[in-house]
Amino acid sequence: MTRAIRIVFAKELLENLRDRRVILSAFLFGVLLAPVIFGLTTSLASKRAVESQDKPLRLTVSGIEHAPNLVNFLEENGVETKTLSLTPDEAMSAVRAGREDLVLLIDAEYAEKLQAGEPAPLDLVVDTANNQIGASAERARRLLEAYGGQLAALRLLVRGISPEVVHPVEVRTLDVATPAGRSLLILGMMTYFSFMSMLVGGFYLAIDTTAGERERGSLEPLLALPVRRAELIVGKMLATSAFMSISLLLTLAAFGVVLQFIPLEALGMSANFGPRVVLAIFAVMLPFVPLGAGLMTAVASFTRSNREAQSWLSVVMLLPIAPIMFAVVNGTKPSAALMTIPSLSQHLLATSLMRGDSIPALHAAISAGTTLALGAVLVLIAIRLYQREAILG
Amino acid sequence: MIRVESLGKQFGAVQALHDVSFEAHDGRITGLLGHNGAGKSTTLRILSTVLRPSTGRAIVDGHDCVEQPLQVRRSLGVLPHASGLYGHLTGRENIRYYGKLHGLQSAELDRMTNELIERLALGAVADRRAKGYSQGERLKVALARALVHQPRTIILDEPTNGLDVNAVRMLRELIRQLRAANRCVLFSSHVMQEVAALCDDIVIIAHGRVVVRGTPAEILATTGAADLEEAFVRAADGGVPA
Repeated sequence: MTRAIRIVFAKELLENLRDRRVILSAFLFGVLLAPVIFGLTTSLASKRAVESQDKPLRLTVSGIEHAPNLVNFLEENGVETKTLSLTPDEAMSAVRAGREDLVLLIDAEYAEKLQAGEPAPLDLVVDTANNQIGASAERARRLLEAYGGQLAALRLLVRGISPEVVHPVEVRTLDVATPAGRSLLILGMMTYFSFMSMLVGGFYLAIDTTAGERERGSLEPLLALPVRRAELIVGKMLATSAFMSISLLLTLAAFGVVLQFIPLEALGMSANFGPRVVLAIFAVMLPFVPLGAGLMTAVASFTRSNREAQSWLSVVMLLPIAPIMFAVVNGTKPSAALMTIPSLSQHLLATSLMRGDSIPALHAAISAGTTLALGAVLVLIAIRLYQREAILG
Repeated sequence: MIRVESLGKQFGAVQALHDVSFEAHDGRITGLLGHNGAGKSTTLRILSTVLRPSTGRAIVDGHDCVEQPLQVRRSLGVLPHASGLYGHLTGRENIRYYGKLHGLQSAELDRMTNELIERLALGAVADRRAKGYSQGERLKVALARALVHQPRTIILDEPTNGLDVNAVRMLRELIRQLRAANRCVLFSSHVMQEVAALCDDIVIIAHGRVVVRGTPAEILATTGAADLEEAFVRAADGGVPA
């Protein structure tokens, strides 16, 4: 590092540490905002998961007089029944309109056929387009089938046949998902927030390097100093990178603290977010810092004013989300080939670390190598752009 | 010492400079006079090496502005038209930053910074953040910043624009001191009176060309005008070619 780069770097650090706007965005954004948003969403999500399991199933029953035993069975199994008298058409329109969630229609035919030992029809009116009802409908159907199974077993016993005869196959599901494995979406959110706060940390510095200096009128005298422009911009990008790194580290540490207080077990995930994991995630995400600094500086150097630079950079900050969204939606698994994609590779590695999986050294090396290489290209582009005459505006 | 030879500069389709030649000597104050848009700032920016000329060449203290930009910048003190400070740094820190980038070592840096703060009567505000400065204080710090490495040649682009009377007087006094120290001072202005009050040599520029140059007496003789103002009006409006 040349003397000039050190001088520029030190001055940028000092100047920006005194700028309340920079401090707010670089340090407070990550430390406060991201965990707050994250904490709110997850505790909301886990509360909903807890609620929907414990909440009694509510079922509207029409024609209760035809099946008193069935209704008793349901109530014994914790179903809150509501009695109404509806025709099939009324029931359907009530469910479609959302006035009723689930309606069980029992008509006279049920009692007759049951008596005769024939399959007795029960109609469960459901709106499958309503996501919130899906779990309740499933529970209702399982209960009704259980009741049917009980009746069948009784009938067989009466005829001297073991009920096991009609169960030639028993399917058992062995769930191998680790508790933390179910949490891909939330983990995806977490890595995205980490990227965000990393970029926000360098946001104002990247703008200040070009558009800011120009608007303040300090760029021209600066360029007339006996220092190479490459040294000026490298010093500035190093300062940008320093703020980005600090912001990232603080955000990850804040996540580590916040996660201690979130009922993740209720969500079926276990948090693996001790200090060692925080540092490991920091290490795998760090190579993205020069890439982000180069990208933001290059974009900002095209803009004519602070304001324009801010709107462009707000768009740039959304870039790393695209590969992460893709991975979250598709449940992408880490592979050596995917490690060549910046932001996606950091997301996959960070996610593995959070799940408690070990990451192959090769993956970490490919991720760091390709990200740093692209970062170097962007830094060179930023340097080239800084050397244009048009930089003076 | 500045030597400018047939300088031309093109921005896209616009020819900002056609043919600008003049010299500015050590121990003299040279004024670059012209209307707004005549090409003064472009000329000064080529001298301070932030722009490259399309044709011709410019030499500062024996160094070519295109071939040896770093040497040129080392011997130059520049006060551009837009000369903003870093608001979150104090005046002293602003001055020291430029001194460090000029390669001054700590003892000399301290000495020069203190000397300039004293000479420009900045003592009361030097350790306050620059964003609260008055216009005059800002100019003084920008000047101190440009002079901290004791340049042989000083370029000032419209330095008096928007200044109050006291600040203008201070600036004139400083420019005269620099001349007394045998420095080469080149400054641009579109105000005739200012140039007349200060300059040993005048270069009048119009539409990217030098139309008249010389001492005030020579200019009066060349243009046949009764006073410098009339000479300026005649020359700048395209009366007499150089």
